Amino acid sequence: MPASDFSRRRFLGAASAAGLGATALTACGGDDSDSGKDSSGRTVVELWNIQTTEPSKTIWPERAKAFEAKNPDVRIKLVTLENDAYKSKLTAQTSSGKLPDIFHTWGGGVLQQQVDAGLVEDLTATYEPMADALVPAAVKPYQLDGKTYGLPFDIGAVGFWYNKALFKKAKIETPPATWADYLDAVEKLKSAGITPIALAGKEKWPGMYYWAYLATRIAGVDGMQKAADAKDFTGDDFVKAGEHLKDLVALEPFQKGFLGAAYSLPGGEAAVMGNGKAAMELMGQWAPIVQADAGKGIGKDLGFFPFPSVAGGKGALTDVFGGGNGYAVRKGAPKAAVDFLKFFLSADNDRILVEKASLLPVVKEAKSALTDPNLTAVYDTLEASTAFQLYLDQAYPPAVGQEVNDSVAALIAGSKSPDDVARSVTQVFKSS
Amino acid sequence: MSTSTYVKDARPPTAAEAPPPANRRPLMRRFTAWLTAVAFTLPALILFGALVLTPILYALYVSLFNWGGFGSPEDYVGIDNYTRLLDDPVFLGDLWRGLLLVLFSIAVQLPFALAMAVALNQKLRGRAVYRMLFFAPYVLSEVITGVLFMMIFAPDEGLADRALGSIGLDGLGGLWFADQDTVLPTLFLVMTWKYFGFHMMLYLAGLQNIPAELHEAARIDGANAWQRFRHVTLPLLGPTIRISIFLSVIGAIQLFDLVWVVTQGGPDHHSETMAVTLFQFGFKRYQMGYASAISIALFLISLVFAIAYQRLVMRRDTEGALTTMRGAR
Repeated sequence: MPASDFSRRRFLGAASAAGLGATALTACGGDDSDSGKDSSGRTVVELWNIQTTEPSKTIWPERAKAFEAKNPDVRIKLVTLENDAYKSKLTAQTSSGKLPDIFHTWGGGVLQQQVDAGLVEDLTATYEPMADALVPAAVKPYQLDGKTYGLPFDIGAVGFWYNKALFKKAKIETPPATWADYLDAVEKLKSAGITPIALAGKEKWPGMYYWAYLATRIAGVDGMQKAADAKDFTGDDFVKAGEHLKDLVALEPFQKGFLGAAYSLPGGEAAVMGNGKAAMELMGQWAPIVQADAGKGIGKDLGFFPFPSVAGGKGALTDVFGGGNGYAVRKGAPKAAVDFLKFFLSADNDRILVEKASLLPVVKEAKSALTDPNLTAVYDTLEASTAFQLYLDQAYPPAVGQEVNDSVAALIAGSKSPDDVARSVTQVFKSS
Repeated sequence: MSTSTYVKDARPPTAAEAPPPANRRPLMRRFTAWLTAVAFTLPALILFGALVLTPILYALYVSLFNWGGFGSPEDYVGIDNYTRLLDDPVFLGDLWRGLLLVLFSIAVQLPFALAMAVALNQKLRGRAVYRMLFFAPYVLSEVITGVLFMMIFAPDEGLADRALGSIGLDGLGGLWFADQDTVLPTLFLVMTWKYFGFHMMLYLAGLQNIPAELHEAARIDGANAWQRFRHVTLPLLGPTIRISIFLSVIGAIQLFDLVWVVTQGGPDHHSETMAVTLFQFGFKRYQMGYASAISIALFLISLVFAIAYQRLVMRRDTEGALTTMRGAR
């Protein structure tokens, strides 16, 4: 009989495959990142980056070479990993206590955990002399408890990207500046037969932006900080944020099938925007590039306006919600690692990054290299920012960030109330 | 057992009598046989222990802690992670959805595969081509399948809605993966498309092992097509069907990649499976303790099912496959 001779093997296979779930959780990759000297006696500095796409993929090695030319006794060893692979690999490295000399960081909660574990070099002394030259909002994510643990090379902000032609068609003269006006604009767009908002419901984080921005506008950045310190989001301000979002959802402003839509895939949020099929999306500074990539791009019709203010809210229209990319240094790394970061953060280097890699300037002087009107709009918002709120999934421990994403997604899908959102975020925060 | 047979000997042994040497030798022989067995299985046991048992035991250990994956687990919480499981609507939903998928598979997918197998076992023009075509989806990777069907079931724009629209059935189109109520049936449709070919192949192999003489004899006895299927084919296909149900159930319990690619468990958890929840907590939230508890639950469910199924349903099929050393003693 054909079945009997392989049934037992199948059984064992099935049993061990079930065990694999358990295996995967405990699997840790770890290779030695012994920062010693190479064969020609140069100090090796290992730098883990996530620049896997062009043009950064070419620019990073170029910049490393430029540094090596000036410092012949140092070799920068670039280790380039894909975003998600980097995250899980860094988690494994962190738990084994062996971080690379320089590593990519988004600041906030994960950096805090690494700092708490005593693995990160304090860069305050390096930062202070150059503080005036940098965009303050760019350094914020890496400043924890009054110390600076990382230095930026990129910064960005979230705001509304809108289709000027569609706004005109719906007879909306100026972009809305208050939440009430915003809801009005959504209704006008709807009655003009235009889909007001593109949203990637499947990926959850784009939906989280609405709640987070509303909470920032209502509670203010200080209020957000206080809630995070107390691990308590059950305050009225946060329930109100949920209620305002619910008002928006009640207007059914999103494209058809948004709950299953991805962000950058064909048919996703960026494609809907890029093909001119929705009037706006709430997204970071990368939106124009992704719109043009996933869809056709709407060129000159694309505009940017900051998230509207909420009547009676403690946050200002000029408070900014966003995040950036930077580097942190392992405790005990060779001095050359810090030297490299100083070099990377020089105006000359930043100008190259702005010009060639389309990043936003983190050194004020590098603004001169900025030519794209959309990016200039985001930069101006950032430079004029009165307060800066880091992306919630980076500011808080991963579990809390995910719970915010998850609960807000449930609110948008209609299965959680504003109160439920505040309560479940608090519950996860308290137990983390 | 040698000692017991000795004691049960009709005549009680006298003190002067030494135990017969014939009895001591089997003892030695049993020992060397045991040693040989150990020597031969040791390499496999070491690998199994290091790669399967150790991680499972480690996951069991970690599941007793509240641990974020940094440093070593310190915050011991006992069985809290497990009691939390029983309170977690998402996990309980996973169990329910898992059960639905299992039932769907057994009630729809497998009978369909069986029908196709019986049809393709007839003498038929281009039979090999059909067999290949139906088996092809199984060869496709889960990720490619997922991306493909995301495009097909894209609301309005996708092939499914366009095709339905072009024949005037717009009303049947819908949100597919993008709606809480239709996501699971749509997903099941994709699973059936992908996996029925595999089960069909199993059945075909089984069908070919049924001697033609039996069908002939039944025909001579006046059995019609249905009776021949019901009383000849089906009973003789028993072992194949039992193993196919087994594989189908284990597959449904562990379903991950397809769901992850297509919906990530959404909208609002309505297509989430245990493995997806496990991944969410392990690698998105970094709650290794809770994720380990889920993995242990998943493991136990699979194990209990596998053992119970082997013992109760597949008992006859496995007879003789489990070797013992009883014969050597």
